[in-house]
Amino acid sequence: MLAFEFMRQAFLASALVGLLAGMIGWFLVLRGQSFAGHALSHIGFAGATAALWAGMPPLAGLLIAATAGGMGMSLNNARHGDRDIAIGLTLSLAMGCGSLFLYLLHGPASTATALLFGNVFGINQQTLQILAGTVLAGLIGLGTIGRPLLFASLQPELAEARGVPVQLVSTCFMAMAGLATAICTEVTGVLLVFTLMIGPGATALRLGLNPVTGLCTSAILAIAEAWGGLTISWYTDAPVSFCIAALSAAIFGLTTLFRRRG
Amino acid sequence: MTHAISCQTLDVDLAGRRILCGLSFHIPEGSIVAVLGPNGAGKSTFFRTLLGLTPVTRGALSLFGQPVRRGRADIGYLPQTRSMIGPRLTGRAHIMATLEGNRWGLASKKRSTEELEAVLQELNATDLADRPFGTLSGGERQRLMLAQAMLGHPRLLLLDEPLASLDPGRMREVAELTGNLVRARGITALISAHDINPLIGIVDRVLYLAGGHARIGTPDEILTAPVLSRLYGTPVDVFHAPSGQIFVAPGREA
Repeated sequence: MLAFEFMRQAFLASALVGLLAGMIGWFLVLRGQSFAGHALSHIGFAGATAALWAGMPPLAGLLIAATAGGMGMSLNNARHGDRDIAIGLTLSLAMGCGSLFLYLLHGPASTATALLFGNVFGINQQTLQILAGTVLAGLIGLGTIGRPLLFASLQPELAEARGVPVQLVSTCFMAMAGLATAICTEVTGVLLVFTLMIGPGATALRLGLNPVTGLCTSAILAIAEAWGGLTISWYTDAPVSFCIAALSAAIFGLTTLFRRRG
Repeated sequence: MTHAISCQTLDVDLAGRRILCGLSFHIPEGSIVAVLGPNGAGKSTFFRTLLGLTPVTRGALSLFGQPVRRGRADIGYLPQTRSMIGPRLTGRAHIMATLEGNRWGLASKKRSTEELEAVLQELNATDLADRPFGTLSGGERQRLMLAQAMLGHPRLLLLDEPLASLDPGRMREVAELTGNLVRARGITALISAHDINPLIGIVDRVLYLAGGHARIGTPDEILTAPVLSRLYGTPVDVFHAPSGQIFVAPGREA
């Protein structure tokens, strides 16, 4: 299986993506922003199709749109219910824009499929370098704001009182969530970013692990689920995205059962 | 003598509305003060102003002789909103996240500190700290958050409704624990509450807020029909039960 160049690239890409997506995802679940994370991928889709239409690489459009979308979302201070509606509408609008750009593009249907469901076997050397750079930037960001982010997530009023720049921390985090979502799309596609962004983080939190252990577990789970999905796909010929999604859901489900019994 | 808190004709506006109007009083260091008043009287706003989160509109407000500013390390704070974020994380993880959480850097790998363990022991909460935060009762959670507020040797403790939504037995227990802890360390404490009764014998002063105005004094001075009637601008009766409990009720025109 690893004798093929494209498989080695796919394993490497999933490891990079899983590392960042797992950690960012843990915070997204903790902060109750899973839905916002999902919407980011759709905003990224609009960005990717717009980039294609403008003759640019789709990953560039994904990264820019998702990061900007994340920062915009963090500035929305609406109440929880209103926020859900705003996110839902933004998500649909973004998908609508994506379909418009695809129409203007007159591109083949495979372009849309690759974006929506991922194309991990088509990752080239250059994309891999962009992924590595993005992960490095994300990890540096997380290493810088990790402590205040955890404080502001768990005890927002207290963090504000202690002088934590809560809004700034939140905006930085959502920008990083945009980066993670954009690169996650390369592996799982726009529609399935939940599998690597949310599944592992939710599992780690459900296990009741402490923050640092939970963050690491989430990243390891994300990588393991991505690699497991690639392996299953290799032997069964089922689509990778399906395999990763099934593994992610199964592991989360098992944790729930285990917690009930235990 | 230094004053812990000093207000001089203090006005505080929030979204164009005057919440606190012309407050002038001093609170000596080491006092334990019950902050009473109806909903919306400005108890939380007063706390937020002390923390430097809500700006002073007019007048002066100083803490230990210095003007208020945000991010003071010597204020322990227990916010009113009981957020239930991270219910599966342990209480200890929650408290550790607040410690040094205002510094940049990666999440702390430390599981605990000596100071935290000592405070937890004093609050009889060592075992509670290892359980998932979401499985604790209101009173148990309150004890852990109180431990959090005590860390870092604060000189002033602001407890916003620490007794809200506790059952009567727990109310007295949390109030007594708080009182003992604060008195033993000589900390100045402001405890906001809806009802003075669980705090009788624990606080030595009452700060009563109503209609934007405030009166401060011993419970016996403040919790009287004439003082409260003047503060509310409407007749108010104050009843003393034989048990020592005090009840405030709408009065009838004489």
